[in-house]
Amino acid sequence: MTMKTEVSRRAVLAGTAAGTAALAVPGVLRAQTKTVKIGILQPVTGALAYDGQQGQIGAEAAIKAINDAGGIKSLGGAKLEMVFGDARSTPEGGTAEVERMQAEGVVGIVGGFASPICLAASQAAARYDLPYIVDVGVADSIVTRGLKNTFRFGPGFGMVTKTALANLAKLNDEAGKPAKTVVLVHEDGLFGAGLAKLMQAELPKLGFEILDTIAHPTPARDMSNIALQIRSKNPDLVIPSSYYGEFALLARTMQQQRIKPKGIYAVLNGAASNYRFVKEFNEAAQFVMDCNHWHDPRKPVAEALRKQVEASGKFWTYNIPLNYSCVGLLADAIEKAGSTDKAKVTEALAASTYAGHIMPYGPTKFVDGQNQGGAPVNTQVQGNDIKVIFPSDFADAKPVFPRPA
Amino acid sequence: MFAPDIILAAVLNGLMTGSVYALIALGLTLVYGVLHIINFAHGATLTAAMFAVYVAQATLGIDPYLALLPITLLFFGLGYIVQRFVIGPASHGEDRNILLVTLGLSIVIENAMLSIFRSDTRSIDVPYAFESIDLGFTFLALPRVAAFGVALLVALLLGLLLTGTDTGKAIRAVAKEKTGAALAGIDVAHIYAVTFGLGAACVAIAACLLMPTFYVTPRAGNAFVLVAFTIVVLGGMGSIPGALLGALFIGVVESLCGLFFGESLGQIGIFLIFILVLLVKPTGLFGARA
Repeated sequence: MTMKTEVSRRAVLAGTAAGTAALAVPGVLRAQTKTVKIGILQPVTGALAYDGQQGQIGAEAAIKAINDAGGIKSLGGAKLEMVFGDARSTPEGGTAEVERMQAEGVVGIVGGFASPICLAASQAAARYDLPYIVDVGVADSIVTRGLKNTFRFGPGFGMVTKTALANLAKLNDEAGKPAKTVVLVHEDGLFGAGLAKLMQAELPKLGFEILDTIAHPTPARDMSNIALQIRSKNPDLVIPSSYYGEFALLARTMQQQRIKPKGIYAVLNGAASNYRFVKEFNEAAQFVMDCNHWHDPRKPVAEALRKQVEASGKFWTYNIPLNYSCVGLLADAIEKAGSTDKAKVTEALAASTYAGHIMPYGPTKFVDGQNQGGAPVNTQVQGNDIKVIFPSDFADAKPVFPRPA
Repeated sequence: MFAPDIILAAVLNGLMTGSVYALIALGLTLVYGVLHIINFAHGATLTAAMFAVYVAQATLGIDPYLALLPITLLFFGLGYIVQRFVIGPASHGEDRNILLVTLGLSIVIENAMLSIFRSDTRSIDVPYAFESIDLGFTFLALPRVAAFGVALLVALLLGLLLTGTDTGKAIRAVAKEKTGAALAGIDVAHIYAVTFGLGAACVAIAACLLMPTFYVTPRAGNAFVLVAFTIVVLGGMGSIPGALLGALFIGVVESLCGLFFGESLGQIGIFLIFILVLLVKPTGLFGARA
């Protein structure tokens, strides 16, 4: 009963607000080409600014592509209009921007990047039944809270780890099981520590012996001690889960200390599938493998976008195709709904079978907000390029493992 | 338990990291000793200098070690100008105003870097980055050994400058008693600016020594300055030998704590020492009584 009263009170409020807005909007606006506002939320200042800026590139490219192709056809060619919000690398920052976007009348929000931001922002959006599409945030709790408005296009933590471990076992088996011992290196936050815990439980089942688990803070000024410990343990494999700066330092220090394990197999690593790393530390980056988000190299749109990004002097990272695809997904839902009504767009998202994205996922299918096709791929740095080595049906290179001495 | 050679290698690593801390702490302690303020812009200045080294290498192709002299002079000049024409006039004779102005400056510098270079992590590739000295039980990275040598040399030169030259004597006079120094005909505003310039020059040298093995982001400097502040307190506010020895000590403590308690807890040792010093000898190891 209480629930019901609350809902109707909200509906009344919403109705009043809409009525007031309609009164306030002068006729001039209605005469112009209709636009549909969508919210793009990224952390473009603070600690996560680099990732946020990369995500923004993808989202803007998608909006431009959709508008150039005639906008939302079911709404008479209405153009998408971006309402950009800076999450300032904090959950509070994300929440504040969601409130502002709601006030500006967006139909849905895409982005968030980090799990804590995605958790807080999608919750804030849920209060307005505002559709929220998570671009990257991998924490499994994002889609297990039962929020009807929240959709994650990419894979979650559990899925990534499962794939990473399965592919590692496959890689090792195909090479004749050269790797038996492992040292885990991880950053000590939610992401790195959580991943290390899963690895510690799962790796022994696959026949690997964990010699040591080394945690480090972010930012770390020096990786020499970690390199020393790795050398004293002399593992076959090093599995690092760190952000960009720390992994770059570790890879450099390992090379400088002449530590050459048979393989470096990163999971959701900040550097291992980043072209900046490949360019600036080419020697140290050789044959580093990663299990991470990656675009589908078979799709011409993806490759064209990549060329366009690289031509503008930016580096290609997974944030770009993920956000490009998520914006496409939202636009597709608005198209199918034929309306900017939030409930109808949410419904269209839940029933979405969007195939126009540039990730290797197949058409979207959401179960409790999680896209079932979302999966990571394995990449490896080979020469000056980052190649896909798994899954084999669209891999553009064979894995080099163990790495040549 | 770790083998003795690993512990020895960790101590050497700590000394080399500590030598870079020393340069940053020297600048901080010098400014504190003379102007009696904590320079909050110190971290941002370090970041700016690191970007200067990056730009010199990436766009002009100047090696960080060759860039050392021009960048150091440039930052001395910038430090001088900023103190003489911005911080000094804005302070209106009140020390706490200087504090706020440096805080404001740090915000301006950091955001300027963010807007110019975006939040990207950048590093430079130099041919000798992976050169190392083989000690049998460990490899010492050549750029870090060079940093150690240069840092000791700079500390020595700074000490000589303060004790042996007229400018140094004037700096010490102003530090002790600025009214008296002014009465003796010393241009206090000039000496303040020279000191601030020297502080900036120290971080510029640190930046040149860091960049061959480190990376830079618009927030990179802050990680170093917090440690440098601990060192200044440990060594005694305003003390040059205190800053040098404190830095080497803190470097080794951090390295060993990292090895034994895990890298995440490496900083605990530093801050435990910080608290102990504040409790037992608040003036620091080499500090004069306030």
